[in-house]
Amino acid sequence: MIYFDNSATTKPFPEVLESFLKVSQQFYGNPSSIHRFGIDAENLLRKAQNQASELFGVEQEEIVFTSGGTEGNNMAIKGIALAHQNKGRHIITTEIEHPSVIEACKSLETLGFTVTYLPVDSNGIVKFADVKQAITKETILVSIMHVNNELGTIQPVEAIGKMLKEMPRIYFHVDHVQGYGKIPLDMNGTGIDLCTVSGHKIHGLKGTGLLYVKKGTKLFPLLHGGNQQSNLRSGTENLAGIVSLVKAMRLITEKSKTHSEYLKELNQQLRAELLAISFIKINTIEDQAPHILNISIPGYKPEVIIHALGERDIFISTKSACSSKKTDESAVLKAVGFSHDRTISALRISLSYYNTKEEIELFSRSLQRVVQQLSKVMG
Amino acid sequence: MDAIYLDHAATSPVHPDVIEAMLPVMKQTFGNPSSIHQYGRKARQLLDQARSVAASSIHANEKNIIFTSGGTEADNIALLGTAWANKSKGNHIITTVIEHHATLRTAESLEKQGFEVTYLPVQQSGQVSVKDLRDALTDQTILVSVMMVNNETGVKQPIQEIGELLIDHQAYFHTDAVQAYGICDLDVNVLNVDLLTVSSHKVNGPKGVGFLYIRDGVQINTIQFGGEQERKRRPGTENVANIVGFKKAIELIAGEKDQRLRKYQSYKQTFLETLKELNLDFAINGEEEQLVPTIVNISFPGTNVESLLMNFDLAGIAVSSGSACTAGSIEPSHVLSEMFGSEDERTVNSIRFSFGLANNEKQIIEAATKVGAIVNRLAS
Ligand SMILES: Cc1ncc(COP(=O)(O)O)c(C=O)c1O
Ligand SMILES: Cc1ncc(COP(=O)(O)O)c(C=O)c1O
Repeated sequence: MIYFDNSATTKPFPEVLESFLKVSQQFYGNPSSIHRFGIDAENLLRKAQNQASELFGVEQEEIVFTSGGTEGNNMAIKGIALAHQNKGRHIITTEIEHPSVIEACKSLETLGFTVTYLPVDSNGIVKFADVKQAITKETILVSIMHVNNELGTIQPVEAIGKMLKEMPRIYFHVDHVQGYGKIPLDMNGTGIDLCTVSGHKIHGLKGTGLLYVKKGTKLFPLLHGGNQQSNLRSGTENLAGIVSLVKAMRLITEKSKTHSEYLKELNQQLRAELLAISFIKINTIEDQAPHILNISIPGYKPEVIIHALGERDIFISTKSACSSKKTDESAVLKAVGFSHDRTISALRISLSYYNTKEEIELFSRSLQRVVQQLSKVMG
Repeated sequence: MDAIYLDHAATSPVHPDVIEAMLPVMKQTFGNPSSIHQYGRKARQLLDQARSVAASSIHANEKNIIFTSGGTEADNIALLGTAWANKSKGNHIITTVIEHHATLRTAESLEKQGFEVTYLPVQQSGQVSVKDLRDALTDQTILVSVMMVNNETGVKQPIQEIGELLIDHQAYFHTDAVQAYGICDLDVNVLNVDLLTVSSHKVNGPKGVGFLYIRDGVQINTIQFGGEQERKRRPGTENVANIVGFKKAIELIAGEKDQRLRKYQSYKQTFLETLKELNLDFAINGEEEQLVPTIVNISFPGTNVESLLMNFDLAGIAVSSGSACTAGSIEPSHVLSEMFGSEDERTVNSIRFSFGLANNEKQIIEAATKVGAIVNRLAS
């Protein structure tokens, strides 16, 4: 089995399962309860929050645990917009964001907010100058992803953050779901006010994630209720999920320290091998996130290729899993300006630190065979 | 000394079989249900199966079930979603003063945004009155939200009567069944509810998952936006393992329901009888006939909540003074204050005991004996 769909979701680390199991069995109290079961759970929650904050390089109270990347993005975008609309009602984002950002912004448009969806250049990268130019007196929020989930392109969030730092009225949110554990991003003094992480993309569990909320940032809560997590996120905490998330964060951080070159090499090998196959077009420019490579095979339906690869026990995807059901066309590739035959024939190969050179070789060979066989069938 | 857990209404231990059902999913079926390859399809199958089990448990169709991150989120979607989607039909919402904060605070937020909210009072019995509801209904009412069992007192609310009353009214009817699930018989068609909330961690499932039932035709907005999961009503990569664990919990509580409830009822009986034998001065808050078998809220005259809780905890008995969700603080219970008036001493000398999976008969007697001794000491 070759699993090259790590941007859709990852296989949990065995240690993550152990954490989950241990907490589920031994710490079942509700962290809000004031008896010993509750206090034990509360202490564990604080410890997890503290460890997450250290791994993230922020303060403990700046970590809010969520049910995943989608909730983190919604909480940040709706939360800032609704809490600060008296200061202005303009939001800046890009055309290549994840649906959880784009759709959250669209919903705000129906409430009277104005949203600028910035285009990207022919490499799939938003231009710093465009962001700067889009800012108006009304702008209260800029939301830009760090690593794009379909192309793997790295967005200039550090430069944007530096600029926005000088504009305290504007909050800056970064969707770091695909970047965390792959491309380091410093929260300290970089102008980032909010940052989303999702557990299941870093070998953690689905339904876990966190949102970094810089101290003093007022958010309108997405969920109302028992006022858990400093009133920012009501609902009984998923403690076993939270502890397992922090475990995954730690393990992926360690792995990235020792294996980031390795992942880059895998990516380069993959790129070189696919480049040698004439019918493959590579959509991701060089030197981007090491785990994602987007290609097109014009003339071939992506599902057909995915199916044929699946029969060989090889798993890749079309575009983002979240939009797999819509039309074949990739909105992200379209935004980059690729021709129609490329935007409707895109495939995403996404790696983990645990893939091997042999898998890449086998994959490249299999892809070539599969396409050759399909072309025979199609005559 | 092992502590005795009598706080199952706050949260319950995860059943070992539930964990066992979840682990293989995490290990082997870790695909994203939206992926079109085999890993995705297998995960999707598990989701479908769980949805079908969840639906059957309340006699609903599986397409009417959406999984959420818990009871709080389901309550929020039910209230915010229907309020905003039906604003053109009216701006009046009815709920009650005894709801969980997930409902109350959401209603308050809607109030701030221009909706009119009526909070029905509660009687000394712990029940809200159907007549009060009838009087509060107007042609502007778009939503009625009444919980099925109160989490602090365990008192059942007249959901079926309310459902009948609303059959010919435009208002949608939501019930927060978090504390009723697994205990009361729930048939959405008998109850005539349009929306119904359930949370997994109250029924020995994992934390961080729940579901909302939404009847066909209900106009409802989403509160989160993104992918097309859960029929576009709740985006985000589905928490497949938790959902499978939840499914297992549902099957377990259904499988042994009568036997289990008889057992919990007998725990409660034993507990109360032991207290009586100790000649303790105590009173049950709320009409005893209307209580679920698992919860009893008891007032101990002459004592005070804080010292009771502290002494119980020292003696190894984990209970609470009401909702755990009033995060960490011992505020007087809003439910008891509404039942008896905020000046009544029952609001500051009452404890909720809730029974369940973590208990056995021996523990119950031991707990009651210790409770008796502590109360006698503190009340004298
Ligand atoms: C860039 C990006 N943001 C957000 C998300 C949503 O995260 P989740 O699936 O945890 O809701 C994803 C993945 O689906 C993603 O790739
Ligand atoms: C009646 C009631 N509704 C809603 C909730 C909230 O559910 P959750 O903890 O899953 O968010 C609870 C429990 O906390 C409850 O008792």
